[in-house]
Amino acid sequence: MQDQPTALERFINGILPENPVYRQLLGMCPTLAVTGGMKPAITMAGATAFVLILANIIISLIRGLLKPHLRILVFTLTIATFVTIVDRFLAAYLYEMSKELGPYVPLIIVNCLIISRVEICASKQSVRVAVADGVGMSLGFALALASIATVREILGSGTWFGLQVLGEGWPAWGIMVLPPGAFLTLGLLLGGAEWYGQWRSRRRARAGG
Amino acid sequence: MVRAVALAQASQGRGIGGGMETLSSIILIFISAALINNFVLHYFVGICPFLGVSKRVDTAFGMGLAVIFVITIASFLSWTFTYFILRPEAPIPVWVWRVVGGSPDTTVDLSVLSYIMYIFVIASSVQFVEMYVRKFFQPLYDSFGVFLPLITTNCAILFACLEIMKHLQDPTRLWGLGEALTLAIGGGVGFTIAISLMAGIRAELDLCDVPRSLKGAGIALIVAGIMAMAFMGFTGVDRGVERAITALVGG
Repeated sequence: MQDQPTALERFINGILPENPVYRQLLGMCPTLAVTGGMKPAITMAGATAFVLILANIIISLIRGLLKPHLRILVFTLTIATFVTIVDRFLAAYLYEMSKELGPYVPLIIVNCLIISRVEICASKQSVRVAVADGVGMSLGFALALASIATVREILGSGTWFGLQVLGEGWPAWGIMVLPPGAFLTLGLLLGGAEWYGQWRSRRRARAGG
Repeated sequence: MVRAVALAQASQGRGIGGGMETLSSIILIFISAALINNFVLHYFVGICPFLGVSKRVDTAFGMGLAVIFVITIASFLSWTFTYFILRPEAPIPVWVWRVVGGSPDTTVDLSVLSYIMYIFVIASSVQFVEMYVRKFFQPLYDSFGVFLPLITTNCAILFACLEIMKHLQDPTRLWGLGEALTLAIGGGVGFTIAISLMAGIRAELDLCDVPRSLKGAGIALIVAGIMAMAFMGFTGVDRGVERAITALVGG
């Protein structure tokens, strides 16, 4: 138990050092599917955050009762319950957004990000650490979704959060809001993140030596 | 009464006169799920195995076959549960509601339970398929046994169940089991095509000089983007096929 990270470490790790999208390549379906614009991306990040934090709390509370062979089933059923709540909530209060996100809200159930956090952190550590981990990971996920959505929405339709950013004469790159644009943007951004990491470690090595 | 109306409406589309129409709609659903709206390249479901298990062509193909297998079984089960229990005005809850003396004006709708039901169905069918295959088809188990547990968290399966559920909401246009299974198999075939192509391209990529920071997931995603562009070329194929079938039947 003593070599498990503390709450603060979990929180900071989630945002950048272990960013779910750029570092761990988790939760790719929503990352690619809902980042055509900022609004759906932020809604998705919020829904995922709600499910992740609450599932972390519940699993952390019952972690003493879990049996190894039934563990995954308990995880998925807990997550499915919270996803149903989010889905009904969106359908009631943000109907247009719920239509736009379509099947990707229920697909949060099989988002590997949530299952992996519940398995790695919440089923082993106290509620305090689990909440910190959930909040940190959610922020990291939101950051990643927002970065991709920013690139795609600005290039694809010249707007950001629906506000005109580039001039009227901007020839909207239609491909960026279509599926291929999602793959290309994420591929190039991953390459950029990797390049930045390598550059930093080279510089640190030079400074140290 | 409500139950009788719903059942009558449900059976309308599959009457004797609708045979040819059903066939053409099944062909269209298959082409649409496998090529035009490819599960991986258009809906982005099943990306995790698409990036993770696409290093070699034979393992990728094995993964694809395992997905087809499980997606068919899970869709069969989820269609059955949705049709009889979970959809609005489904026969079994309506009957129970009458027996316990509920008011006939109330709409009986259990669809709020569907996500929990689907994930339960998928998880348990994967378990049963794994046990069954290990007991009775040892060679098959050796070839794709390792992929089976991974499939539980493959979003493609849940996505197929959700698509089927979407087509069972409106009591006037309900999907039959045939249409549901066609969608599932088409989706599985589309997944197999995409992951096998990807594995072939990645095997060639090993010999190429890729920039160091793009190695691995970065270049794989860019390749997927180009593949998605290529698959956009299938748009409109369904309409052409529809016209061809109509001409065939008419002439």
